[in-house]
Amino acid sequence: MTQARHSFQIGTGLFILLGFSALAYLATQTTSVANYQQGDTYAIKARFTNIGQLKVRAPVKMAGVRIGSVQSIELDPTTLDAVVMIGIDSRYEEIPDDSAAAIFTSGLLGDQYVGIQPGGSPVMFEAGDEVVLTQSSMQLEDLIGKFLVSGGPAKPGSEPDPSAQDASGPAPEQP
Amino acid sequence: MKTSRRLSIAADALAQIGAVGLFFFSILAAIPKSLRHLLETVRQIWFVGAMSLVIIMTCGLFVGAVLGLQLYDVLSRFGSAAMSGTVVALALFRELGPVVTALLFAGRAGTSITAEIGLMRATDQLAAMEMMAVDPLAYVVAPRFLAGIVAMPLLVCVFNAMAILGAHVVCVSWLGLDNGTFWGNMTATVDVWTDLVNGIWKSAAFGGVIALIATFQGYTTAPTSEGVAYATTRTVVSSSIVVLALDFVMTAFLM
Amino acid sequence: MVAGRLPAQPRSFSCPGDPDRVNSPDTRAPIEPGADAYVQVRGLHTVLGGKIIFNGLDMDIPRGRITAIMGPSGTGKTTLLRHITGQLAADVGEIRVDGRQLAGISRTQLFDLREKIGYLFQNSALLTDFTVFENVAFPLRQHLRLPEPIVRNIVLTRLQAVGLRGAAELMPAELSGGMARRVALARAIVRDPSLIIYDEPFVGLDPVALNQVLKLIRTLNDTLGITSVLVAHEFAAVRRIADHVYLIAGGKVAAQGQPDELAQRDSPWTRQFFGGEADGPVPFQYPARDYAADLGFPAGAA
Repeated sequence: MTQARHSFQIGTGLFILLGFSALAYLATQTTSVANYQQGDTYAIKARFTNIGQLKVRAPVKMAGVRIGSVQSIELDPTTLDAVVMIGIDSRYEEIPDDSAAAIFTSGLLGDQYVGIQPGGSPVMFEAGDEVVLTQSSMQLEDLIGKFLVSGGPAKPGSEPDPSAQDASGPAPEQP
Repeated sequence: MKTSRRLSIAADALAQIGAVGLFFFSILAAIPKSLRHLLETVRQIWFVGAMSLVIIMTCGLFVGAVLGLQLYDVLSRFGSAAMSGTVVALALFRELGPVVTALLFAGRAGTSITAEIGLMRATDQLAAMEMMAVDPLAYVVAPRFLAGIVAMPLLVCVFNAMAILGAHVVCVSWLGLDNGTFWGNMTATVDVWTDLVNGIWKSAAFGGVIALIATFQGYTTAPTSEGVAYATTRTVVSSSIVVLALDFVMTAFLM
Repeated sequence: MVAGRLPAQPRSFSCPGDPDRVNSPDTRAPIEPGADAYVQVRGLHTVLGGKIIFNGLDMDIPRGRITAIMGPSGTGKTTLLRHITGQLAADVGEIRVDGRQLAGISRTQLFDLREKIGYLFQNSALLTDFTVFENVAFPLRQHLRLPEPIVRNIVLTRLQAVGLRGAAELMPAELSGGMARRVALARAIVRDPSLIIYDEPFVGLDPVALNQVLKLIRTLNDTLGITSVLVAHEFAAVRRIADHVYLIAGGKVAAQGQPDELAQRDSPWTRQFFGGEADGPVPFQYPARDYAADLGFPAGAA
């Protein structure tokens, strides 16, 4: 009987171990925990007039590669624009401080993310710096509105609408 | 005549529910005593959990494969085949994992618990224990109850892991979805706490409910072989209904 | 402690049908009224499921003797046992076990009481997942913290007393009916009880096993002075070991006395029960309508 007890105990122990390792596998390989970089991040700030569908933990990409995530999104009560804190993995410590941050949409109707287009400045971002050049997310209604106002394909002799050429024009779909 | 019959059926059902509730409280009261027989609980985890592994792993593999197949087909119609991994994982962790495992558990472990306890009742073993001044609730019932609560989440994790594997084999190796896309979209969307861990809470609750119903049916069965047979059937039926109803309640509560 | 040795007097261990009584000389004296009673039942009334089971039952189980309780099927012999062990409370009446009232007793006290009572079930009720050794050791392990060598010694001496020490590692499924019953007996005596209750111990036993069980019951009573209560149907077997017999019928004690004397007594109950008549106070015919009417003839023609 003592022998049988030992085999139960060993078997049960193995079973519990198997269950927990399955849980660990699931948690680390299949969920968003997999995307959390081990290691430090440094945070920089960006202001947007409109963040659209951007959510906390949305990816931050440069040249299409994920370099960090959105840590927090808040409304600045004085200037009334959105303040987004971006956490960038410490591995990527050489981002020029004149880079631009824009909010893009993945695919046609997918989730939104922050894309960083590198500039040329020799000075790099430090923790707490603010991104000066930002581009808010494209609202579908604005896009349609501009398309309608501009009258579709250009007709011969008609003036191109000056409002279609201001700074917050449509951004390319992929950086 | 009909109303009084309906009333008596309703009264019986209420009495049954009340009996299960009282039984549950007796088990809770007996748990401290049963911790002295920790070995018995460990033994039950082995019988109830580890012996169910084969069926859980096999069914997990097939459920995952079927999910992968079906979802890939449906999502392709909307141009979102890349999201197959995500949808499989979400469906699995939140709903299918706990519920399907619970139904399999009720069928395999639940019936064996009911049959075992029912047989002990029919052969006077429970009465003999009472005569030897051993509380059968503490020695026989509480260990099986605890074993259900402990074993179910572990089984669900194993089920989920096998199902993801099955879906991976189908979507990536067979249907040609890109491996990186499969995992990348999944990890981007699935959240540890709201998806995976909520599923774990559900499975612990299901395990407790199934163990409660199984031990109750075994404990209160008529001490004949017919009685035991009916009791095992009732275990599977009642457990399935209660698990699915509880699933709805917990989902509404946890979302 | 059971030393495992048999009493010194030579026992003629009888072949089936041998009228020799398995007995020790000093119990041939009749039981005096008022003798020290281990269990006293006074004025017991019990109603179960609408049926009156007991209607004013008075009974004394004398200490240190073997008492048999007999009666037709369904008279509530098992119910009486459940009263004695505290599993069932009496509606009206008083039950005393070892001087203590059972009514209003707390659960702890009840469990303490049960530790002094050994119960032998009709179907042995051995725990199916444990070996014979573990089954006999069960009461010891549950209630006492004894070192393993001591547990081993106690269990093996008990098994030796019932003649099954060599079967210690078998599983209950591998035992014959008689062997299982002897293991259950070993389990019942493992904690040196003061009272042993045998619920139908002779049912389904072949004559050899029957004799072995008879011998064990008598030996335990003689060597340990354990009060024994026997519920059985087999008068031939009961006759050989019981000191006192109660016949329960109609919710009361219908007859009582020494078994030999009861067999000679001339009353409808004893004639039917001990004399072996098919019809008597317990009718042969189940209550039914008039026979002729059932067959289609005018009533009363049969």
